[in-house]
This record gives sequence, structure tokens and C-alpha cells, in this order.
Amino acid sequence: MNAERITEKLNILADAAKYDVSCASSGSKRKNENKGLGNASNGICHSYTEDGRCVSLLKILLTNHCIFDCAYCVSRKNNDIKRAAFTVQEVVDLTINFYRRNYIEGLFLSSGIFKDADYTMERLVRVAKKLRTEHNFNGYIHLKSIPGASDELMREAGLYADRLSVNLEMPTEAGLKLLAPDKNRQDMIDPMEFLKNEIILRKEEKKLFKNAPLFAPAGQSTQVIIGATPESDQQVLQSANYFYKNFNLKRVYYSGYVPVLADKRLPALNTSVPMVRENRLYQADWLMRFYGFEVNEIVNEQQPLLDLDIDPKLGWAIRNMQAFPVDINKADLQMILRVPGIGLLSAHKIVSARKFAKLSWEQLRKIGVALNRARYFITCKSNEFERRDLTGNNIKQFILAESQSKYIKNTQTQLNLF
Amino acid sequence: MYTLVYDGTFEGLLTAVFEIYDRKLFHVKLIKGEWLSSAMFEEVVQIITDENRATRVLRGLRKKLSSASIQRLYIAHMAEMENEESAIVGFIRYVFDSDINVEEDYGNKYVMRLSEILKMVRREKHRMEAFIRFQKLKDETFYAAVEPDFNVLPLLIRHFKNRYADQKWIIYDIKRKYGIHYNLHDTQYISLDFSEVNKHSDVISAYTEDETIYQHLWKNYFTSVNIAARKNTKLHLRHIPKRYWRHLTEKI
Repeated sequence: MNAERITEKLNILADAAKYDVSCASSGSKRKNENKGLGNASNGICHSYTEDGRCVSLLKILLTNHCIFDCAYCVSRKNNDIKRAAFTVQEVVDLTINFYRRNYIEGLFLSSGIFKDADYTMERLVRVAKKLRTEHNFNGYIHLKSIPGASDELMREAGLYADRLSVNLEMPTEAGLKLLAPDKNRQDMIDPMEFLKNEIILRKEEKKLFKNAPLFAPAGQSTQVIIGATPESDQQVLQSANYFYKNFNLKRVYYSGYVPVLADKRLPALNTSVPMVRENRLYQADWLMRFYGFEVNEIVNEQQPLLDLDIDPKLGWAIRNMQAFPVDINKADLQMILRVPGIGLLSAHKIVSARKFAKLSWEQLRKIGVALNRARYFITCKSNEFERRDLTGNNIKQFILAESQSKYIKNTQTQLNLF
Repeated sequence: MYTLVYDGTFEGLLTAVFEIYDRKLFHVKLIKGEWLSSAMFEEVVQIITDENRATRVLRGLRKKLSSASIQRLYIAHMAEMENEESAIVGFIRYVFDSDINVEEDYGNKYVMRLSEILKMVRREKHRMEAFIRFQKLKDETFYAAVEPDFNVLPLLIRHFKNRYADQKWIIYDIKRKYGIHYNLHDTQYISLDFSEVNKHSDVISAYTEDETIYQHLWKNYFTSVNIAARKNTKLHLRHIPKRYWRHLTEKI
């Protein structure tokens, strides 16, 4: 092994892959069979970069040579950067050796498009196939579906990978047209549609035949870039909701645009990464997937943007004061989940604990409820509760005034004219 | 107030519970350790671990708790957190004093405390599954040294045995001076000559040929995936507290 050459390639191709934010290694159920290497189940973050993001998979491009010229992408054809390409065997060796040392959960393999879609996809599939069939590797494999790749290759990919993903890149078709003139949204949706149907089909098959092979057991995900084009949060979340509902996606990732290239279609190079907005979008995404919120309750025509100062659940609550206060000792789980400051685990603990005795403030605090937010919206076994007739805006100001928010430096006081 | 001194085993703890009920002791404190006859100010009772009595208490618990809860009790005790015996005994007494299964009564301070202890232990177990870094030695064994906050090694066996079925490995707890060794068939508890384990240079001299190369590649990878424009040290430290850095290849 030429250590120097491999190191250089790794630096180039890891650097080029890092803007893909997907990091999950969970949701699969691949077991270690016949005393092979590895398994994939619940997902582990093995390290964290200095920007606080999780490192779970060896995330690299097979090559950063690309025939496309997408404005937002560092690997675009016309960008003057160092290019490199791994061989199939090099990727396999790196994966196995990193995995054996417990550095990673598996491999995330993407690629620039060289020659054409099928040629590229075929190489990605070959890496996965080699790991699975020659090395008895059962760790996690996430492959990119290359837009425009044939059904036959996608089917083969599904047999070896745990998860597949196609990045939509821009939240809307118009945004994509503007920044990625070579790409066609339909080419991205086609493999997604194919995989969705194939996954459903294989699940049925698995019910009948226990030995039927796994097919992309961790499903599909996608990514949209935030802040490179002018879409509103409403457009972003509605698009995410559409793909969750129609393509059974496991995750939609929101990637705040990092200005790396000068282009008059893009935000200027000194623009800061929209990290707060990205965080609020993830919070909204969680509300849709785990807390029973409809997308229209979070963003709508009157409220097309998420409030950057406060989380979207608190935002919903102060717009819907008629739903509160909630009696913690009586309300349905569904309603308790809607109280700001109460998370999934706390909500379930509350519902279990109140069967034994009614709960008081102290007990709620111990259970893990963030009372600084929740106390405006609930009553419990106590004579003390918020008696003032506060408006939603009052509550927001009170909470902001006493919070040590990580984003406090970003809060701007907005004057309400009426 | 009575102070019960026991030997630190789970059976010993269950025997102590037996004594509490047998002698009708109400205010008690349970501590692990040696019998000190010099303790004069308070009533001290030495608990002599008795398997029969421990089994009777365990049988009683089985009637009132799910098997998952008994497992949790065992794990909480094994973690060896300081001064948590009283919480565990408090939980057991609350279970016996109630007519129904109270394991989900999170309004009760002992039930809640046990749930907190379990949360801490599980987090530490999970951190070990994430942060253990094996180093490949000349004899093809993958070696990792760790210093977990709590005693979680026994909880790691299943995960690592399932995952690394085709390689020999050792995970060694430097703080508690014992480790687990997997020899391609099953696992054993081992303890190494300490002067040897402690010297990092000795481990390095035992490296297989390409070990240094892969460590170097991993460090490079770790640096390459960072996005400088998003630097967030506070978040970084919350995810990997500094005490774990000593054994993390990418942070050394």
C-alpha cells in the first residue's frame, strides 16, 4: 500500500463528501452471520468533528471527477480543484480496516458523475458487492443512488446496501433549474419511486419466505440544501412532507449552505451558514415525525417562516393559546406531547407515573420536564399555576428573558406595531 | 439509624434487605466495605452474605416486578456508583411495601432515581461502544484500553462479541484493573500484569506493521471531514467530554 498516495486521496475525497450531512447508521437489522465481520442495527456515533457533527460512517466519494456543473457543489466541472479517484479495492480495504478498529459503523459511498449515470452506479455497487460477498462484511452501507441509473442497477444496490439516498439538492424544481442546469428533478424521483416499490414488494416477500434476502432494510433518505435559493420554510417543509408521505422516506436532511464558491446565482462567500434556521427545520421535522403535528400547523400562508428565536413547538403553542392549559394528570398522551418543554420520553413517563398518583411540579421537574417553558401551559397537583391572562407574545418574552439560549446572540427584538 | 456493612456483591445487597425486614430496621444506611469495630457512635450491623436469604429476596422481587426491572436493578448495582446502595435498597423496600407493581411509578423518588442511574449507566455503555479504539497487535489481537466512569465492561461483551466475531480482541479497564478477552470462540475475564499495560510505549512496540498507517489515515480523515465555517466547540465537548480523549486515536 502506498500510504502517502492513499492519504492524499482520502483527504481530497473525504473533504469533497463532507457537505452531505446524512450520517445515520441506524434503522437496519443486519446480523453477523457465519462468524463474519460486523452487524448493523441501532446506530452509533463513533466520533464528533469540531463543528459538533457526528462521525458514524466512512463518508467518501469514489471520485470527485464530475461531468456536471452544479453551482453549489465544490466538485463542479469548472471548479479548479485537485481531483482524485479511489479504486474499488482501496475503498474496501479502508472500510474493513477502519471498521475492525471500531472507528466507524460502516461506509457511506457517493461519487461525482463520471462518463454516465450507469457507469458510476455500477462502480458504487461493485464496492458494496465486494464487501458483502468477498469479505462477509455485515456493517452498515449507505450508497448514493445516482440520478438516471437503470432499474437493474438500483435493484442490485438494494441487495447490498442498508440505505440508499438520492439528494433532491434544492427544495423546489425552480431552485434546481437555477443552480443545477444539468440535473433534472424527474431523474432523481425515478430511482426513488423504483426503490420505494421494490422495498414494499420485498417486504411482502419476506413475510412469505423467511430466507428472502434483505433489501435496503434502512430505507431511503434525501437531502435538501437550505439558504442557497430563496425558498421559504413553508416550501421546504411541505416538500419534505410530500416526500415522507409519498416515498416512505426515513429521513430528510437539511443542509445549511456553506458558501464555498463564488457565483452570482449564490449567496456571497462571506455569508454565514444558516445554522439556526437549519436547527429549527430539524425541530419542525421531528414534530411532524414523532409528535403528531401536521405540516400546516407548523408553517402556513400566514406563518411561512419558522421563528428563529424560539422552537417551533413553542411557536405553535403561543399561536394556539385556546388549547391550554393542559391538565397533566388527565390529558391524552397526544396533547401532552404538544406541550412546550415536554419531550417524548417525559411524556411517556408522565402517562405511566400518573396511574399511581397525581403528579406535582417537583415530580414533573424530576421526570425531566423543562418547566421554564412548560409551566405556562399546564396545571398539575398544585394550587400554584399561571393565573395571569397572558398572551402568547407575553409568554414568548418571559421565556426569552430568562433563557440562556444558545442562540441568544441572534435574537433581535422585533417591535410589534399593533 | 443503623449502618449495614456488606461485601459489595448483589447477593450481599439482597441479604441486607432480608436483614432489614427480619430485624424490622427502619432507618438504615448501606455501605460497602470492611467491618470496622471501631465505629462507636452508631449501630453498625455486619451483613454476612447468605445465598439462601438472597434467593428468598430475589424470589419475592420476581413476584412483584417484571424480569426487565430485576435486570435493571442488577445493572444499577454492578455499575458501582458511589453511595447509590441506599437508593437501590430504598427501591426494593418500596416494591415490597406496595401491593401492586410500582416499577413505572416515576413520581416516587426511588423509582425515579433508579431510572436516572440506569440512564447514566446506559449512556456510559453506549459511549464505550462508540469510543473504544482497537489497536492491532502483532499476534493479530485487537487491543483497547478504557477508563469508563462506571463498571460497564460486562455490559459490553454481547455487543463486541456479535460485531467482531472473526477477530481476537481485548478490552481492558485500566481503572478497575480487569479486562475481557475474546479468543474467536468465547470471552473470558482477564487481568494483566499492570506495569506492562500501563506503558503506552509497550503497546506501540507490539503494533502490527500497518497499525500506524491506519491510525494516521483515521486522524487525517477526522480532520478532513470537519467544516471550519461551522465550528462549534461547545457542542463538540458536550459530545466527547475531555476525559475520553486519552484513548481516542483521533484526539491524541
